[in-house]
Amino acid sequence: MEDGRGMAERTSTPLAVELEGIVKRFPGVIANDGVNLAVGRGEIHCLLGENGAGKTTLMRILYGLYQPDEGRILLHGKPVHLNSPKTALAHRIGMVHQHFHLVPTLTVEENVILGLSEGTGPFLRWKRTRAKIARLADEYGLQVDPTAKVWQLSVGQQQRVEILKALYRDADILILDEPTSVLTPQEVTGLFRTLRTLVHDGLTVIFITHKLDEVMDVSHRVTVLRKGKAVATVDTGSTSKAELAKLMVGREVVFRVEKNEADIGDEILRVTDLEANNDRGLPALRGLSFGVRSGEILGVAGVSGNGQHELSEVLSGLRRATRGQAMFEAHNLTQSSARAIADLGVAHVPTERIRMGTVPSMTIRENLILKSYRSSAFCRWSILNEKATVENACRAMEEYTISAPSDRTAAKNLSGGNIQRLVLARELSGEPKLVIAAHPTYGLDVGATEQVREVLLAQRDRGAAILLISEDLDEIRQLSDRILVMYEGRSMGIVDAENADLQSLGLMMAGSHREVES
Amino acid sequence: MSWESWIVSTLSRTLAYGTPLLLATLGEIYAERSGVLNLGVEGMMIVGALTGFAVTSGTGNPWLGILLAAAVAGAFSLVHAFASITLRANQVVSGLALTMLGLGLSGVVGRAYEGRPLLHALDEISIPWLEKIPVLGPGIFQDQSPLVYIAIALAVLLWVILFKTRIGISIRAVGEDPATADSMGINVARVRYLCVMVGGMLAGVAGAYLSVAYRPSWTDGMTAGMGWIVIALTIFAFWNPLLGLFGAYFFAALFHLSYRLQAWLPPELLKAMPYILAIVVLIVVSRGTLQKRMGAPSALTLPYTREEG
Amino acid sequence: MRFPSWLHVERRPAPPSWMVFAVSLGAIVFALIVAGLFFQAYGVSAFRAYGDILRGALGSQLGLTETVRRMIPLLLIGVGLTVAFRALFWNIGAEGQLLVGAVAGAGIALFSGLPDALLIPAMFLGGFCAGAAWGMVPAYLKAKLGINDVITTLMLNYVAIYIVEWLIHGPWKGPTMRGFAYTDRLPAAAILPAIAGTRIHWPTLAIGLAAAAILFFIVRRTRVGFEIRVVGENPDAARYSGISQVKITMLAMMISGGLAGIAGVGEVAGIHYMLLSPTHISFGYGYTAIIVAWLARRNPLAVILTSFFFGVLMRGGDVIKVSLGLPFQLVNVFNGLILFFLIGSEILIRYRIRIGTAKEAA
Repeated sequence: MEDGRGMAERTSTPLAVELEGIVKRFPGVIANDGVNLAVGRGEIHCLLGENGAGKTTLMRILYGLYQPDEGRILLHGKPVHLNSPKTALAHRIGMVHQHFHLVPTLTVEENVILGLSEGTGPFLRWKRTRAKIARLADEYGLQVDPTAKVWQLSVGQQQRVEILKALYRDADILILDEPTSVLTPQEVTGLFRTLRTLVHDGLTVIFITHKLDEVMDVSHRVTVLRKGKAVATVDTGSTSKAELAKLMVGREVVFRVEKNEADIGDEILRVTDLEANNDRGLPALRGLSFGVRSGEILGVAGVSGNGQHELSEVLSGLRRATRGQAMFEAHNLTQSSARAIADLGVAHVPTERIRMGTVPSMTIRENLILKSYRSSAFCRWSILNEKATVENACRAMEEYTISAPSDRTAAKNLSGGNIQRLVLARELSGEPKLVIAAHPTYGLDVGATEQVREVLLAQRDRGAAILLISEDLDEIRQLSDRILVMYEGRSMGIVDAENADLQSLGLMMAGSHREVES
Repeated sequence: MSWESWIVSTLSRTLAYGTPLLLATLGEIYAERSGVLNLGVEGMMIVGALTGFAVTSGTGNPWLGILLAAAVAGAFSLVHAFASITLRANQVVSGLALTMLGLGLSGVVGRAYEGRPLLHALDEISIPWLEKIPVLGPGIFQDQSPLVYIAIALAVLLWVILFKTRIGISIRAVGEDPATADSMGINVARVRYLCVMVGGMLAGVAGAYLSVAYRPSWTDGMTAGMGWIVIALTIFAFWNPLLGLFGAYFFAALFHLSYRLQAWLPPELLKAMPYILAIVVLIVVSRGTLQKRMGAPSALTLPYTREEG
Repeated sequence: MRFPSWLHVERRPAPPSWMVFAVSLGAIVFALIVAGLFFQAYGVSAFRAYGDILRGALGSQLGLTETVRRMIPLLLIGVGLTVAFRALFWNIGAEGQLLVGAVAGAGIALFSGLPDALLIPAMFLGGFCAGAAWGMVPAYLKAKLGINDVITTLMLNYVAIYIVEWLIHGPWKGPTMRGFAYTDRLPAAAILPAIAGTRIHWPTLAIGLAAAAILFFIVRRTRVGFEIRVVGENPDAARYSGISQVKITMLAMMISGGLAGIAGVGEVAGIHYMLLSPTHISFGYGYTAIIVAWLARRNPLAVILTSFFFGVLMRGGDVIKVSLGLPFQLVNVFNGLILFFLIGSEILIRYRIRIGTAKEAA
């Protein structure tokens, strides 16, 4: 269906959705900074941006899950107050979340009518319900067996149930959050067909994505968000992927961090054709290959959810690879346990620093030896050497400026920055040869961020190889010597950081453009 | 003893003994389906037993006794509900406390009633017509307490409610995925409170049945650990009221047969079977898809708090 | 729960230990007050009742020693439970572990034919192994297959009860008197020595006290204790540091089950001198010990205090059975109320109320 693209009809009918001056603050960050959004009826509107740009937050405000600190929302020209999902549903707004709100052991029809108080008395009018579901399914290409249990369905089919749920409640504004990240190409085609049919019938669709191909394929207009602000709203027909990429990632000029000349040594890690699944059993790494040398920082750029998390877990031994190898100094990391890998001299600064990196109720002292407690420095005849632990703690707290009342403070009482310092102190104290740093500055304040970056650079100067995974493209460009861009579990190419052209990086991150490995 | 009279008496005793198991299990199934583990069943049963006996002795009306037993045990269970749902305390500990309290209170208060005969026990009935069926008739439809048939009817009714009505869907959603249920506008706490209370009430009726119909009397600790069998039964029944029906009678039969077959098998072996079978069921169900098909409600024992944005 | 916007309920970050102690104490006091009201409603003076309890438990030599006698199994099981709870394993099966320990002890005493000098050590060892095995099965099921520990330990309690019943009515049946079944009396060399004039079988007590001290040290200061705590407090972090959850859970339950087993040996060889009906061997020690461990906040040394306290309550139950004609079940009323107030008081420790305007936490 190629007609219907281009500018939405500007008639006297009010816009379906208008968000004016939306501001939403969370502790330490402004997620939405005065965002304006205007979506016309019968339009497919894409929200484009990297992670942290504020897209999901904005849509959650529209769905009543969050309340904006400032700004207002108008639906069909009338200001509304959406204080809960129930209210949003009452205003005929439906949302398909990234993680589905489905009860796996219930059937499709049971999930569709969950929470609805319709029909007389406690007994359900199954015939009527089934008829309505069937009608909606046929009309919009959302066929699925209504009596199947949700856990038996494929992810694509489950998504159909989510959409049916919204349609069953007469939604006329449908929000989808990164809907294609879990679909096969065929399912994506099916979904787009459904969306086009929906808007043909007058529904409005807002679609969060970071994939440029999709934006160009299916949307009428697109709004680009970056770091909390709406940077531009354009008609899809009159823009290009390159232009959108540039808008998505930002200006060329960026602050350069003081970086020494790289003293690069031999290749110390060689990953070949790595494949692994994510927690849902779907492929997350689809044949990834690259190498890292000592004394260099290889930055892994890409929008979150393209396999970076699984990569860091496979390399640190927390996840089994399904195929491929990761050779680290003659050892294959994919065949080794977490403990063995740590003993080999691989440090891991995990994304979820609280959940994976610390034992919140234990003290700083104890957390610092979480990986090294078995070594003879801290443990003799199975008894922990209290004195050595204390000395270690004092040294670490000083060196990494961990600020806390004492080394007996529980980790859960530390601020985010201090927790990260704790993790760094622990991981880097053993002079590791390879450091896997996953989102190391996520959620930290400016001072802590700077410190973490300095620490990483210092390790690099010391000769360690560093794999830096981050969603912050600026950070990657500042710190890395080379940049690897990941998209859908594969490498889109490796470029020298010096020569990295922003537009190319943006295109690679959004799925189109392959750079030959340099 | 002839074959026929052996079958008749086995059927008859099985139905009689299985009824309190069934009633209490139906209640616990509902509580656990909504995500709350209630280890206080034993305590609520015995409180129901005492209440039933006391009220019946006092008023001469066994039905009133049963009704009030349900009410008292239901009220009792609200303490556990409050602790587990509102205070989000540890459900295991709270349930155990409830049992201890129930056993203790009934033991003390019941002192006065020990050894007293019950003059107005619940009369047995026979279903006309059906009792004429050879062998099965006398076994199933003759000289049974009306509660036996009420229990069977309840099992069917509760099954229908759980799997065929809107409220049943809400209950199952709350027990599997309270976050999703919450986001669809269901009041998770309210559903859980309701289910725990129903569980308590049914346990109370089960207890009252023991003291007012089955063996009209009161003794300290007369439930003799039946509450724990109920916990096992709930698992054995895969949290399904109709399977609970089958399971209750099956366990009751084992119990009855343990005496009958004493000459060939040690009775303790058969009496221990319910507990062993429950563990076996759990092991079998722990594999992948079976877990999803028939396993415990996923949110069982986990308190629910809404994550605020 | 909906609160007005000026009222905030937030998690308390680090409850100071004095607060934990004060709140726990307060919970017990409240529970005893409510129990006292219950006495009053029953027509018995609460003061008289508590007076009798205190005098009966602490006011005489007999009373004190009887209190200690009650304390012994609570101490052993309680200490073991603190280790199990630290590994986040809900061992509701201590009752069963105690019973199989008793079976092992009695069995070795009656039938092993070991020389006299080895008998008692062998009994303790056997009791430990039996209890440990009984505890490690649910541990394995949980760690490997994710099966709920509460249910498996609970079910095994009853299997253990029936094993004892079967033995005393069947293969190990001794003389029967008035309908109660039990085995033969244990040989003299198998009977645990007691402190003169009392029923305090001191070897078991000594093991209990030693266990409290040793386990306190192990949990705090050794590698194994460290691993147990990590597994219990954050299984993800445990995986991350390469600690085997299976091994640690089984180790924790070996200790917990084993200590309960030793308590069982103590009861048959130190108090009853034979294997008898399960309800006479254990008066719910396995369940009461849960409260003992809970109150001690999982600190093995504190268990010495809390087990003594519950020993007082149990002795008190014996006393007022005679002096006031109230049944021993009363002890369960105490237990239940204390436990309820304890878990209710948790909320005071975990959360605090703040009054003020809504502001984003910095």
